[in-house]
Amino acid sequence: MTAMTDDTLPVTPRTLRDEMIAFGIMTVLLLIVPFTGVYPFFVMQALCFALLACAFNLLIGYGGLLSFGHAMFLGTAGYITAHALKVWGFTPELGILIGTAGAAGLGVITGLVAIRRQGIYFAMITLALSQLLYFIYLQTPFTHGEDGIQGIPQGYLFGIFNLARPTVLYYVILAGFLFGFLVIFRTINSPFGEVLKSIRENEQRAISLGYKTDQYKLLAYILSGTLAGFAGSLKVFVAQNASLTDVHWSMSGEIVLMTLVGGLGTVFGPVVGAFVIIAMQQYLAGFGQWVTVIQGMIFVVCVLTFRRGLIGEIAYYSRRSL
Amino acid sequence: MQALYAQLLVGLINGSFYALLSLGLAVIFGMLNIINFAHGALYMMGAFCAYFLLSVMNIGYWPALIIAPIAVGIFGMILERTMLQWLSGLDHLYGLLLTFGMALIIQGVFQNYFGSSGLPYAIPDELKGGMNLGFMFLPIYRGWVVVFSLIVCLLTWYLIERTRLGANLRAATENPTLVRAFGINVPRMITLTYGLGVGLAALAGVLSAPINQVRPLMGADLIIVVFAVVVIGGMGSIMGSIITGFALGVVEGLTKYFYPEASNTVVFVLMVLVLLIKPSGLTGRAN
Repeated sequence: MTAMTDDTLPVTPRTLRDEMIAFGIMTVLLLIVPFTGVYPFFVMQALCFALLACAFNLLIGYGGLLSFGHAMFLGTAGYITAHALKVWGFTPELGILIGTAGAAGLGVITGLVAIRRQGIYFAMITLALSQLLYFIYLQTPFTHGEDGIQGIPQGYLFGIFNLARPTVLYYVILAGFLFGFLVIFRTINSPFGEVLKSIRENEQRAISLGYKTDQYKLLAYILSGTLAGFAGSLKVFVAQNASLTDVHWSMSGEIVLMTLVGGLGTVFGPVVGAFVIIAMQQYLAGFGQWVTVIQGMIFVVCVLTFRRGLIGEIAYYSRRSL
Repeated sequence: MQALYAQLLVGLINGSFYALLSLGLAVIFGMLNIINFAHGALYMMGAFCAYFLLSVMNIGYWPALIIAPIAVGIFGMILERTMLQWLSGLDHLYGLLLTFGMALIIQGVFQNYFGSSGLPYAIPDELKGGMNLGFMFLPIYRGWVVVFSLIVCLLTWYLIERTRLGANLRAATENPTLVRAFGINVPRMITLTYGLGVGLAALAGVLSAPINQVRPLMGADLIIVVFAVVVIGGMGSIMGSIITGFALGVVEGLTKYFYPEASNTVVFVLMVLVLLIKPSGLTGRAN
């Protein structure tokens, strides 16, 4: 694979500097959350979805592949982690590890099927695959069908950190989020990420330059699915349950929405988008089904007039890369 | 054996809906380059339209069979004029996202006003009852749905593959700029095409109203199965969509008889198999 390092553009210092500053601001803001009186569970939930949206964005924003079934990674990892903690009595770190590994395995299997078609078909296939999994989870006994797995013990991470304490749990979730975010950040700034971008821009040309684009796409898909699964495993400790809603197509739609609102193909957009959508769901919880209607309207407005998303617009007008 | 024939009939009926919906998706995709995620929501609107006509205006099944597709078709054309047309030239993933948003809005509004439970719609008097075919009892309405859907599908095929209008349509699919140079109003044709595809979905909705009850989410899960049908069949040929639709309905019916646990998933499993063996779909052109 000598081709990987040859023709790729170097990352300009300017780009990295802007993103480093933004990363620093984000980290400081998130670190002081427990001292501000903001409801920590809201932020923890938002962080899990932020990581999920970032993982999804790695695929569409840098690989040009729209997965309409990313909830399957969230749900699968969640179910495995929940089952391992509750039934097998695993420690938290092992539970997260096995859940994430399960999502990675799912990524390999579904990836081999899904990358056989391009563009619009890829979206339909991933959606159908996640629906297939939804029906499987509906019927297998270990997921407890409509009830889901509930009352999951949080336990002690590495035997020291008591995850039942909100502040401890918050910093553990934050550490997990930052780890996942940095993995994605490193990936998109690596030669691999540059090749991925070239595939998004012009796949035929990338092929003619000698890149085996299918391998790149598969790897990006597996990485994205694994990180989405990691987010799903973390979410189990926050929500203390794993249920069918996490595998449903409407969840996949929400992941797409978060990324679209924040900005497809921006580094920080999915994080902002996740906070916006989760906050919206919290404040509008009393409106019942109107939340769905509002989400639909945001989709329509974003696609018609606001395709760069919040962070994308800021980056465009300030001419910075964010 | 009675149960087997009964499940086969259910399969054929579901197959009729798959065929009508995937046909509409294929026609729309050909002209607009958009996968219409709102197709399930518009199918649901067709059923609700029939329900309204009956319960509010006392207009029965037969007029509804004509009025509902036209009304929903016009609604679809308004959507195309006001929103979808602005997406031409953009990556067609945006079309999927926009129509997904439209589906959420439509389904959400209906859920707010009607809840999630089903509303009954009576079978018209002329089609009540059934007949004994010797080997099975055939409810007349169900037989009617299969025959009528097949006729509509074949008429659509004839319209697109064998008439002058259809020839223009196919030409515009291949090369819109050149067709415009011949003085044909392609944007208007695109709008009418969207209306036609949406009208077919609404027609399927009316047909299904007496069988499956009228529910706001009746199209939400159906559309995902139809996506799988489209992936299996490929969107290259009209006849391919029709045959794949009916065939998958029958396979699903057979699964319901022999291994009911897998009846929800069999279409998706078949999709995986087809992707592994012939990625371009059964009738699709390789790309």
